[in-house]
Amino acid sequence: MSGQTSALRRLSAPFTPPKREPRAPWPPAEWAKRNLFGSVLNTALTLITLAALALTVPPLVRWAVTNATITGVTRAACGPDGACWTFIRVHLPLFLVGRYPADERWRLGAAALVVIACAIPLFRRHTRHAGLSVILLLTAAPVLAGVLLAGGVPGLPAVDTSLWGGLLLDVVISYVVVAGSLPLGVLLALGRRSQLPVVRTLSVGFIELWRGVPLLTVLFMSAVMVPLFMPGGVSVDRLVRAMVALVLFNAAYMAEVVRGGLQGVQSGQDEAAFSLGLHWAQVQTFVVLPQALRIVVPGIINTVVDLFKDVTLVTIIGLTDLLGAVDQALKDPAWLGFATEGYVFSALMFFVCCFAMSAYGRSVERRMGARH
Amino acid sequence: MIQRPSPRARAAQWLLLLAVVAVAWYLGANAADNLAARNMGSGFGFLGDTANFDIPFKLIPWSDEDTYGRALLVCTLNTLLVSVLSIAVATVLGLIVGIMRLSPNWLMRNIALAFIELIRNTPILVQIIFWYVAVLQTLPPPRQSIVLPAGALLNIRGVYLPTIDTGPHGGALALLVVLLLAATPLLWRLPLRGRRIGAWALAAPLAALVALAAGIEHVEIPVMRGFNIAGGVQVPPELAALWAGLSVYGAAFIAEIVRAAIVSVPKGQREAALSLGLRPGQVLRKVVLPQALRVMVPPLTSQYLNIIKSSSLGAAVAYPELFQIFAGTVMNQSGREIETIVILMAIFLTISLLTSAFMNWYNRRVALVER
Repeated sequence: MSGQTSALRRLSAPFTPPKREPRAPWPPAEWAKRNLFGSVLNTALTLITLAALALTVPPLVRWAVTNATITGVTRAACGPDGACWTFIRVHLPLFLVGRYPADERWRLGAAALVVIACAIPLFRRHTRHAGLSVILLLTAAPVLAGVLLAGGVPGLPAVDTSLWGGLLLDVVISYVVVAGSLPLGVLLALGRRSQLPVVRTLSVGFIELWRGVPLLTVLFMSAVMVPLFMPGGVSVDRLVRAMVALVLFNAAYMAEVVRGGLQGVQSGQDEAAFSLGLHWAQVQTFVVLPQALRIVVPGIINTVVDLFKDVTLVTIIGLTDLLGAVDQALKDPAWLGFATEGYVFSALMFFVCCFAMSAYGRSVERRMGARH
Repeated sequence: MIQRPSPRARAAQWLLLLAVVAVAWYLGANAADNLAARNMGSGFGFLGDTANFDIPFKLIPWSDEDTYGRALLVCTLNTLLVSVLSIAVATVLGLIVGIMRLSPNWLMRNIALAFIELIRNTPILVQIIFWYVAVLQTLPPPRQSIVLPAGALLNIRGVYLPTIDTGPHGGALALLVVLLLAATPLLWRLPLRGRRIGAWALAAPLAALVALAAGIEHVEIPVMRGFNIAGGVQVPPELAALWAGLSVYGAAFIAEIVRAAIVSVPKGQREAALSLGLRPGQVLRKVVLPQALRVMVPPLTSQYLNIIKSSSLGAAVAYPELFQIFAGTVMNQSGREIETIVILMAIFLTISLLTSAFMNWYNRRVALVER
């Protein structure tokens, strides 16, 4: 109604010629004025930053792109004043999968397919199978992928874990450690909130002990002390020992993340569940944990990113992950002196993996924020 | 909670304790058997034995006739040194990057963002080794040292900083300066005729500066003499790499903490302060940062603890800190594997607990008193 009257009034108003509008500023200029040259200080900062960029970026580009070499098979192909990406190209299999036999590498792809197939529901916007997917990823997928990688069953010749290396090793260790430390972390978080004094004290002690010491001491313990604690004659694979140490260490961090989620569940929820006659385990499994874990998905992803970066420390106890493989290649007498290329490459690989995971975590967080 | 644990659950927890004790006892028995089979001694008595190895970098005197116990002290000091240096630089750098991240200037904002993302998503070990191998080892030899401001030199052997010579009264002067600096925050809050001394307390650090200037007999600037650099104090490349790695990595995380804390201060606070006529710099210093500080303290604590624990990565560049010397040299020489690991864990746990106790105390002091 009111729209109609105002339209009528506009029609009946006396005609006035429209004033000439001031010319709209060119959008990029407007943007630059607002974001780069808003004030004197702002302009000065912009100019200083531009100068700094002009000093650093061109030499960097010259080194990494213009003067760089990627062709050839020996160091002779490389020029003196550019990056020698040939070093990376020649050693790429070593950096990616270590000394995993070339004839068996199809098994890596197969294992990756198994994991991806289990994870598909997680990437769909509306899914009812997220829970099932997570359970598969934590149980069946690692077992199946592990059998594919290690072999030793009819049809698949065994590949010793000492041959695994490079980025493959980082991924395998991280995956196993997440699958192991998430359930343990949930138990510890529940234990820390338990009303049973013994359970609570043990959980707090366990969590604070691992969180108070550097990962390196824990890894060293696994490498040096675990053999001492085993009964005579029993020896455990070095990779497995490192994984166990990482699971224990990481579970303490997972527990703290999950505890945050448990605190975020309103106390009315478990009170209501108890009053319905459910017992403790049922309340936790069907009421509290589903809500708590959903809140902490971004936190868990952050922990996984930290873990993935921390796995590089296994080089110090002698496993050849990506960083270890780069170190190994740098000691090759035919390829001395390409440390910068090697470390830049490994940093980039880690950056791509971790950035992708962080970005996924942020998107989950945004989606959750939109829902609430 | 309304639900009390059932008597059955209460009984079961003792079974859990029993199981934990049983496993520990089993492992301990295995270890005893294995040690007996290897015919090796045990116990912490070896700390009194002569060490017979060199520690290339130390803050207190060390000779290879000293005991393992003194080596422990030397290495603990080295660990503390790199931790304190890194925490200081990481905090300042993190604060700068965090504020840059919120700058109205698009270029600065995004450079800060790129820095944070790049550093946070790369392993710290890669960064430390990168600093060591790809940056510090490609520096020029001592003859072509890069001269930094204030006469410091930068070359393949590390950084040479100028030192100050305070003559015979050096100890007393240092004590005076430390006391004056420590007294400043106390003086600031001291009431005087119903008012706080406030900014007048800045006279104390000023006095410290004057005392220092008066007490210095001469400044020793490092110079090239023959084949060596004479004068000044050398920061070896191992320490420099670890210091740079820990500082830059820590700074990226601290920057995010600072940013989140500043964003958490309600917009109304800033607007109210601006409408009172405060300048933007004053608003940041007097209104926003004090409130952001409260939010910052708990995450900052865990970041500091991370830096302290990551200092053990000195092992990767052979900086003689606790881990490098004890899990390396001492463990190999003495064969006391369990003891050295226990010592390492105990010391790191103690440092961590002390740091978090201090930060908790500080947190209680700055926390908002809720009425």
